[in-house]
Amino acid sequence: MRIMITTVASAALLAACGGPEESSSEALEDTAPGETSVTTPGTLEAGEDFPARLQTALIEAEEGATIALPAGTFRMSDGLSLDVDGVTIRGAGQGETILDFSGQRGSGEGLLVTSDDVTLEGFTIQETKGDGIKSKDADRIIYRDLTVEWLGEPDEENGAYGVYPVESTDVLVERVTVRGASDAGIYVGQSDNIIVRDSKAHYNVAGIEIENSTNAEVYDNDVTDNAGGILIFDLPDLPVMGGNSTRIYDNDIYENNTRNFAPPGNIVAGVPSGTGVIIMANDKVVVEKNTFRNNQTAQVAIIAYSEPFTDEDYNPLPRNIVIADNSYENGGYNPQGELGAFAPLLGGNLPPIVWDGVTRWGEEEDTDVNLVIDEGEDIGFVNLGLGSYPINVSNAAPSDQRPDSEPFGELQPVKLAHAE
Amino acid sequence: MRSALTTLLALLLAACGEKAAGPDMAAILAEKPPATLAAYGLFSDLAAREPAKGVVAYDLVNPLFSDHAAKHRLVFVPDGETARYEDDEVFDFPVGTVLIKTFAFAPDMRQPSVDERYRETRLLIHKPDGWAAFPYVWNAEETEARYSPAGAWLDLTFTDPQGNAIQTEYRVPNQNQCKTCHQLGDAIAPIGPKARNLNHEGPYGHAQLADWSARGILSGLPDAPPTVPDSSDETASLEDRARAYLDVNCAHCHRLEGSASNSGLFLGWSVDEPTKLGIGKHPTAAGRGSGNAVFVIEPGRPDRSILTYRMDSTEAGIAMPELGRSLIDADGVALVRAWIAGMETAASGD
Repeated sequence: MRIMITTVASAALLAACGGPEESSSEALEDTAPGETSVTTPGTLEAGEDFPARLQTALIEAEEGATIALPAGTFRMSDGLSLDVDGVTIRGAGQGETILDFSGQRGSGEGLLVTSDDVTLEGFTIQETKGDGIKSKDADRIIYRDLTVEWLGEPDEENGAYGVYPVESTDVLVERVTVRGASDAGIYVGQSDNIIVRDSKAHYNVAGIEIENSTNAEVYDNDVTDNAGGILIFDLPDLPVMGGNSTRIYDNDIYENNTRNFAPPGNIVAGVPSGTGVIIMANDKVVVEKNTFRNNQTAQVAIIAYSEPFTDEDYNPLPRNIVIADNSYENGGYNPQGELGAFAPLLGGNLPPIVWDGVTRWGEEEDTDVNLVIDEGEDIGFVNLGLGSYPINVSNAAPSDQRPDSEPFGELQPVKLAHAE
Repeated sequence: MRSALTTLLALLLAACGEKAAGPDMAAILAEKPPATLAAYGLFSDLAAREPAKGVVAYDLVNPLFSDHAAKHRLVFVPDGETARYEDDEVFDFPVGTVLIKTFAFAPDMRQPSVDERYRETRLLIHKPDGWAAFPYVWNAEETEARYSPAGAWLDLTFTDPQGNAIQTEYRVPNQNQCKTCHQLGDAIAPIGPKARNLNHEGPYGHAQLADWSARGILSGLPDAPPTVPDSSDETASLEDRARAYLDVNCAHCHRLEGSASNSGLFLGWSVDEPTKLGIGKHPTAAGRGSGNAVFVIEPGRPDRSILTYRMDSTEAGIAMPELGRSLIDADGVALVRAWIAGMETAASGD
């Protein structure tokens, strides 16, 4: 009884000085600011106001905490974000915990991570309006056992990237499935020390893309039904350039013949449907021991950046490229897009390995691009012999002669100390 | 038990007494934010219309567009300390500084002070370990604003300054969304109070920067601080107006140290490289936000420029800024369109 009196008295006093602790719980539409039914940090129950409670838990998490998500499908009303170091978000499993963003009203992505040492695992993100999961300046991040997907047929209206780590050091993406991204399913940009493995990229414009990044390994992935399978790109006018040292190996890259459904204007909109691997404007890229089959335009394309640029620090040419010990089956039988334009010069089909033959930019000196084609003699190759940009089919001088080249040694294995 | 009760009551009364005295440094510097705005002692009334002693009203040459909200800005600099003047960046405010911004709507925003209602108050506090942001949401009676880290969605109905009837879901940003816009490198920082954006006649009818100096909250003010035109001032050049608009509405993220650094699109007032400003620049990660356009800005062609396409959308995944608005700033779109339309087309190479 006395306790009750104390409470009432305190409440009255607090009310008198304008700071009542017991809010009149005013209805604030569909969220209850500041209110949470989370009893202990790290556990989250299904039920009313799940999106607001989850976001509050992400904000109030202690460093190193684990936030466990229950099984079930949860409709999210806005993008989520995490900015606390060392947090793990763990769902009940891919397809078990589903965060459905089809009703998303704001934000550029489903989940944004901006802190270090974060692990995301065991959940599915669907139908985000922009990107699926983005992590920026988030070092030592782990994406594990996740699905990011847009349902239905490939659609220009789908979000751009599925998983999207950018400007980060030490990035691990493993056992992740991405479907339906209108740009790249798994995209790593402007980052260093990267592993993408054991993942599935299906029905995206680009399956896996490593862009303006250094020291990457992409292996044991299943890459199919994209327009382009794996892209290794470097683009001008970005804070981080000079992409180099990427090894692509032991991937299964097949039937990447989905139409290119990227909205025009984006760089991937130029990817010809049916391309297995594209290496553009990068240094030291090794493509080995992969399986290629039924990619209708080309199994491997090695090309220069083809747009005008003003950035003096940018090198638009691929150089020091090794293509070795891959297996090839039935490719180049129906070439599409810009590469398709050259097919008539070659009798209608393209060989497995296509190089645009660009060795200089504008009036500059020729560069030794050092293209190492270390494949059996029976594996077809073409140098389109363009010499310089702009691309013009009439400048083509195709040759099946493999260029003189010199191996540049082994790339250092990528080690991720946080994910041994 | 009785003595415990007495002690508790005494403590509570003491707490009340402190609040009336003005800004409460203990509350301002506390690790965890108080549950109510009133607990900071920044106002002498519960409705937060009367600033406490030492809390100074200010306004900006160009405010960020926030769904036509009226914004009431105040700054509190701890007694005896000053903000140090910076020429290009936000002033260097001392620990204990509070920037207070209340977002308000009137039924008819052509007369924003008639029946104005406070909806949310955002505090940016310089804690000992850096700036931190705290959203507070007002109750319907406007007697209390409560700390709301998850933000809120508010159904709002009003007439906008052009006379259009508006019905919208207004987003009170959550605490992380505050950080997204206020990110500067690894820390968070204020956006608005830069010399050029404060350099005009303030709410007290004086030259605002000189007034801050005279009040003793600003040190190091030079004779001729920089200035930007009011983006709605038709006597200024179109380019300066558009650049001033982009500076305030975009450049907090679109700068090398900001949340949109990876785009390589930098829209600050002092950026002078055309490509960095988006002229003839391809998008980086726009996705469907490209609107089928090839360049961020195609000179002479606002209809084919991604910048205006994204400003002119309210759809998540397309709209820019990504946070902080659910309506289109038609005046801003018109201004930036006019600027692009007036650019020489030769530079685009088509």
